[in-house]
Amino acid sequence: MYITPLVTTILFTLIHGIFSKSVELTFELPDSAVECFFQDIEKNTSAALEYQVITGGQYDVDVKIEGPNKQIIYQQQKMQYDSHQFTAQQTGIYKVCFSNEFSTFSHKLVYMELNVGPEKPLPGVGEHATVLTQLETSAEEIHSALNRIIDHQTHHRLREAQGRKRAEDLNERVFWWSMGETLAIVCVTFAQVMVLKNFFSDRPTVYNRM
Amino acid sequence: MEIFKISSLIALFIVFDVTSALYFHIAEGERKCFIEEIPDDTTVIVNYKVELYDPRSGGFMPSTPGIGMHVEVRDPDDKMLMSRVYSSEGMISFTSVKPGEHVICMYSNSTSWFSGSQLRVHLDIQVGEHAVDYANVAHKDKLTELQLRIRQLLDQVHQITKEQSYQRHREERFRQTSESTNQRVLWWSLLQTGVLVGIGYWQMRHLKSFFEAKKLV
Repeated sequence: MYITPLVTTILFTLIHGIFSKSVELTFELPDSAVECFFQDIEKNTSAALEYQVITGGQYDVDVKIEGPNKQIIYQQQKMQYDSHQFTAQQTGIYKVCFSNEFSTFSHKLVYMELNVGPEKPLPGVGEHATVLTQLETSAEEIHSALNRIIDHQTHHRLREAQGRKRAEDLNERVFWWSMGETLAIVCVTFAQVMVLKNFFSDRPTVYNRM
Repeated sequence: MEIFKISSLIALFIVFDVTSALYFHIAEGERKCFIEEIPDDTTVIVNYKVELYDPRSGGFMPSTPGIGMHVEVRDPDDKMLMSRVYSSEGMISFTSVKPGEHVICMYSNSTSWFSGSQLRVHLDIQVGEHAVDYANVAHKDKLTELQLRIRQLLDQVHQITKEQSYQRHREERFRQTSESTNQRVLWWSLLQTGVLVGIGYWQMRHLKSFFEAKKLV
């Protein structure tokens, strides 16, 4: 049996992709809609959910995590961003729902990250029984520190996206509003003069008959 | 080496039976989009698997040969990077050329024959350093354990650097928008004042001449 390196790469990637149970998604949440995601979690595995609303309305969303027996693990209303860590009490399907039901017109953009279980170790690492050398421990520490940096970066990236989208909105609004107002002023000017002239004109018009 | 490869193939089938990735439900023909905001030169790997609801058993059929998924990827300028119909499960990978919001949309290609039924979509999206497969890297480059660790650290640092330079780019855009708003408000208020003064003057002059002509003053 011969497998080309390309196929092996694809296979490896597939295995890796399916195994690592950490997923980051940014999705659109239309008005008065509910979006649910399901995840199979084994007993005694810790899981963490992190979410943030990027745009739309008051930047808030209702969030709920439900366990296999419909018990509510976490429930928050009108949250802008939060994270929640929990340990699965039993094996089964866990449900994470984002609801925009309270809002009738604002369409939202929501980011969420769901991490299940510990990070998958590097291949070969942890297989040997010897104590870690200082170098290995340092590498491990740097790795977790970098992971934290990436998390913080994501958070800031989303906050920045929030600010930027609002600024773009404002810019557009200022533009259209000023256009509208200029037009309104010009219209009102001519209308005022016409009406006033009509009051004093000799010919009977709609205005001086009133 | 061969045994290793074969075992990985077997492992693949086992993994596909379990399908432990996150999933959600969509109706047939419904469109589902996800947004990935990524720096340039970043690899994104999307794995998915679709299952069709089976009304007879009340469950989901593990494999549905007739169903295909239409996958679209758009770049920040709304240009189509890829748009293809794939089978009921598969892997798509692309590398971003431009930094920004990449939109990945999926919908089933099913006909009205099936319409109305539910689809369960298992989805996994991995970006940047997470998309790197270290088992493969170690295997290909013959790295020791420590070298592999360092490789991972390097990848993380690269990702952070890329993200930061992208952050600068976006900050610049943000600043430009804010400055433009500021400019617009300033110029508009000046213009508005000018227009008001001009119009007031014109109104008064026009009405005065009108009243004089009518011999009212």
